[in-house]
Amino acid sequence: MPTVYVNDRPVEVGTGKLNCIQAAEKAGVFVPSYCWHEALTVVASCRMCLVEVGERKPDGTVVMQPKVVPGCQTPVRDGTVVVTGEYAKRSGADAPLAYPADYTKVAEPGDRAKRAQADTLEGLLINHPLDCPVCDKAGECKLQDYSYKYGRSESRMVDEKNQPPNKPGLSSKITLFTDRCIMCTRCVRFTREITGTGELAVMGRGHHEEIDTFPGRPLENKLAGNVVDLCPVGALGSKDFLYKQRVWYLKESAGVCSRCATGCSVQVDTNKDIVYRLRSRENPEAQGHFICDEGRYGYHFVNSGERFVRPMAKADGRFKPATWGQLTPVLKKEVTDAVTVNAKGFAAVLSPFLTVEEAFLFATFFKGLSKDVRLVLGPVPVVGADDTYPKDVRGNPVEPVKFTIRAEKCPNRKGVEAVLRHFQGAVVPFADVAGDGLAAMWFAGGYPDKDQLEAALPGGWTAPPLLVAQDLFANVVTASAKYVLPATAAFEKEGTFVNHAFLAQPFARAVKPPVEVRPELQLAFDLLGRRGLVQAAAVRAEAAKAVPLLAPLGLDVPGNGVRLAVKA
Amino acid sequence: MATYEPVLLARIGKPGSASLEGYRADGGYATAERAVKDLKPEQVTAQVKDSGLRGRGGAGFPTGLKWTFLPKDHPGPVYLCINADESEPCTYNNRILMEKDPHQVLEGILLACFAVKSKKAFFYIRYEYGDAYRALRNAVDELYAAGLLGKNIFGTDFELDVVLHRGAGAYICGEETGLIESLEGKRAWPRIKPPFPAVVGAFRKPTLVNNVETLACVTQIVKMGNDWFKSLGVPPDPKNPRDAGSYGPKLYTLAGHVNEPKCVELPMGVTLRDLVEVHGGGVWKGRKAKAVNPGGLSMGYVDVLAPLKGEDGKTEYDIPLDFNGPGKVGCLGLGTAAVTVVDDATSMVDVLHNTCQFFAHESCGQCTPCREGTGWMLKITDRLRRGQGKREDLDILVEVADRIGIMPGTTICGLADGAGWPVKTAIRKFRGEFEAAIRDGSRSRYAKSLAMAGH
Repeated sequence: MPTVYVNDRPVEVGTGKLNCIQAAEKAGVFVPSYCWHEALTVVASCRMCLVEVGERKPDGTVVMQPKVVPGCQTPVRDGTVVVTGEYAKRSGADAPLAYPADYTKVAEPGDRAKRAQADTLEGLLINHPLDCPVCDKAGECKLQDYSYKYGRSESRMVDEKNQPPNKPGLSSKITLFTDRCIMCTRCVRFTREITGTGELAVMGRGHHEEIDTFPGRPLENKLAGNVVDLCPVGALGSKDFLYKQRVWYLKESAGVCSRCATGCSVQVDTNKDIVYRLRSRENPEAQGHFICDEGRYGYHFVNSGERFVRPMAKADGRFKPATWGQLTPVLKKEVTDAVTVNAKGFAAVLSPFLTVEEAFLFATFFKGLSKDVRLVLGPVPVVGADDTYPKDVRGNPVEPVKFTIRAEKCPNRKGVEAVLRHFQGAVVPFADVAGDGLAAMWFAGGYPDKDQLEAALPGGWTAPPLLVAQDLFANVVTASAKYVLPATAAFEKEGTFVNHAFLAQPFARAVKPPVEVRPELQLAFDLLGRRGLVQAAAVRAEAAKAVPLLAPLGLDVPGNGVRLAVKA
Repeated sequence: MATYEPVLLARIGKPGSASLEGYRADGGYATAERAVKDLKPEQVTAQVKDSGLRGRGGAGFPTGLKWTFLPKDHPGPVYLCINADESEPCTYNNRILMEKDPHQVLEGILLACFAVKSKKAFFYIRYEYGDAYRALRNAVDELYAAGLLGKNIFGTDFELDVVLHRGAGAYICGEETGLIESLEGKRAWPRIKPPFPAVVGAFRKPTLVNNVETLACVTQIVKMGNDWFKSLGVPPDPKNPRDAGSYGPKLYTLAGHVNEPKCVELPMGVTLRDLVEVHGGGVWKGRKAKAVNPGGLSMGYVDVLAPLKGEDGKTEYDIPLDFNGPGKVGCLGLGTAAVTVVDDATSMVDVLHNTCQFFAHESCGQCTPCREGTGWMLKITDRLRRGQGKREDLDILVEVADRIGIMPGTTICGLADGAGWPVKTAIRKFRGEFEAAIRDGSRSRYAKSLAMAGH
């Protein structure tokens, strides 16, 4: 196996092509960087990842290069010696290499890199306004972090700083604080390499250069929000999040985006049960490094004032608020009676927004009433066609595809289908039962976009006499329901979504639902008459045991999710 | 000293020197015809390699050796880029060749392309050189009309197209990979090396980048032979095994405070003193020289009065202008051999500020150390000349100048080395003057009332 020595520690790097940063990471040594990003081309221009490199010959002698090199751009191979600026802080557990005298004579190992990194930081701060107190990025800023860890404690720069004007017109969703920019060009490379739209460019030269757009061509593409995540400093700000929260008040939780079938892993940033921001959570199994703007800004429905926040029952043609305590026994009786009278005329609609666990428990309940009850897959919203990136100048997709926004705007069709197949052998689409003259229907919805749901409903659909509808927002289904139950959003519950490629990703609850909203899983527990604490993990294990396709969910699921074995 | 009869500049000043007719009357293209018809490409390469010709663009890399770096038996295409983005301050030797004798250069291009089996040459001309572009345009059109470019040149199967490309108006476009990026239509941000252009160059194909004067030398080498070429200049230093010698004629340009600013052709190794005092007619207004820039701004400064170590009675003014000479007194190298003279009535603070202004303006802004370093040095020197210098400024200037560049490994290209070199040589050699300026708080008479920082 090829072995690389990082700060004296031998580490096997395998057969992959690694650079010094990645090799050092394998050895547990962190090398700071700004411009380098795994998904983008290497430009080696920020000069933060400077390291010292050399080669250890098979006979144990070491030859070192006299100057520092950028770690991001320097590949490692068998015998490569990497000395980082942190050399002095090494554990000391590994025997020191035989560094040559001409190398140690000039400076101790690691001193050159350490000094060069401090110099780079001093350079970056020369024209940086140091307006951290009013900067949104403060607290999660790489310039702050690295300056604190690797920089000098004081500035020797006494002259006036350059003060380029800010560019709030860069994009409708993104603003540029030009003076904070450190010219890592990650955002420029993103628009060239990932989206292919190339809106951003570097204008000007030297210390007067700026990120800018071509006049009349603002940064408007469906992945544009990622440049804010990519920006290591506070230069690119999301207008959606700007001045809303200080990041150190935010609680991060690992979520899964519910707005399309890609099922991107997201980081949900919340404070006091309010969702403030979504960011991409890197997951090579799901989407890679990025997320689309539909998902990124698609969380606002959770905080919407239009949501159903308590259950309601229709009396005299008007909805009246009810309490769960009153309503749950009534619901159970109505449903049981309806099934007893006409089991075949009862449809339980499970929407593709439900989690695997919720679908499993609802299916268990309804099939437990009578095996003749029909389980139906809720309307699947589809908008347009799959949208792939990068694109060429004319907007045509280019291979290889680096990101796909899927036309199917729901997170868990595959998961619900797996449950439905298990309980009744086949998936019944909503359109098949819509015209059947049903007597009763339980509609477990949870559609965040009412328009998408209504577009997915078959034309001329009429509600059955008894309709229990559970959803987030008022729509044609809830309008004709006898009982309306509030649904929870994906951020308000724990569960599992199975994406388009059968990747099952469990996720945690990020925020509490509104006080009178009872999560679907709790409701299913109540209907089934189960007692005890409602835990998605327990239900997940139960489902994994019962449904062979979901079996991998019974074991410990890695953070990136687990791929379900599907027979081709 | 015997007078030297110019070769590269022999035709300058003749009527019709830029026309094909005039060039042919002087035996033009006979050399290329002989080479293409009688020689193998490898023979031309070998001759250039044996001649000891080193690149005239600044770094002095052996030209023939560079040609051999192109991959052998590459299916092609292989490109030749001619670097005519002559932007080093006070340098104008390429311009004279292009404007007055373009065919000498174009014959060199023919020879070089024949030697490296390239069918396409990109002539990257500095944007500001309108006259040179028009002269070359005419010359290239003449060659196409005469069948000396295009297919079946000299009735053989040798073919060549020359594309004239006007530059993007930036100093960095003269860096060879910056030039290639600019040629490709991108921002001239130098590329990371390796891979070198000889392996992956313009349009991802093997590419050779040569200077205009180098190619003019190629013409003369193939025409007059290696014995002639090696009879001029300075042989390798026997004490330095890595020295490849400085053979051949060189075009020196004189500028600044001299009586006769001009371009002269001399064998390599003329001393700075001879060049300025004899060929340049001495320093203007009867003054004395204080500092001299031996080869373009980025090479640093020579202190005319500083004694030369180990050589009695000689000063830094007596260094030979070959590829090694300026290095002996702490300069970066010969560079473009553009000699700029600063007289003793000029303040070094002003000179340095002017220098820093140039590099801060021309830094491409890709690498942090260069982008911020050049800007910072400009701001400090601007403050110095406004009489607001601080004692620690000089140390900061030297430190910043020392830490930016490819030599310490902190940048991609050599612009930062060139930006730092004049700063550190000026401060090390004229520290007393800078300290006095800081102490007095005297204000430069050229300093404008408004802060110039950042311009």
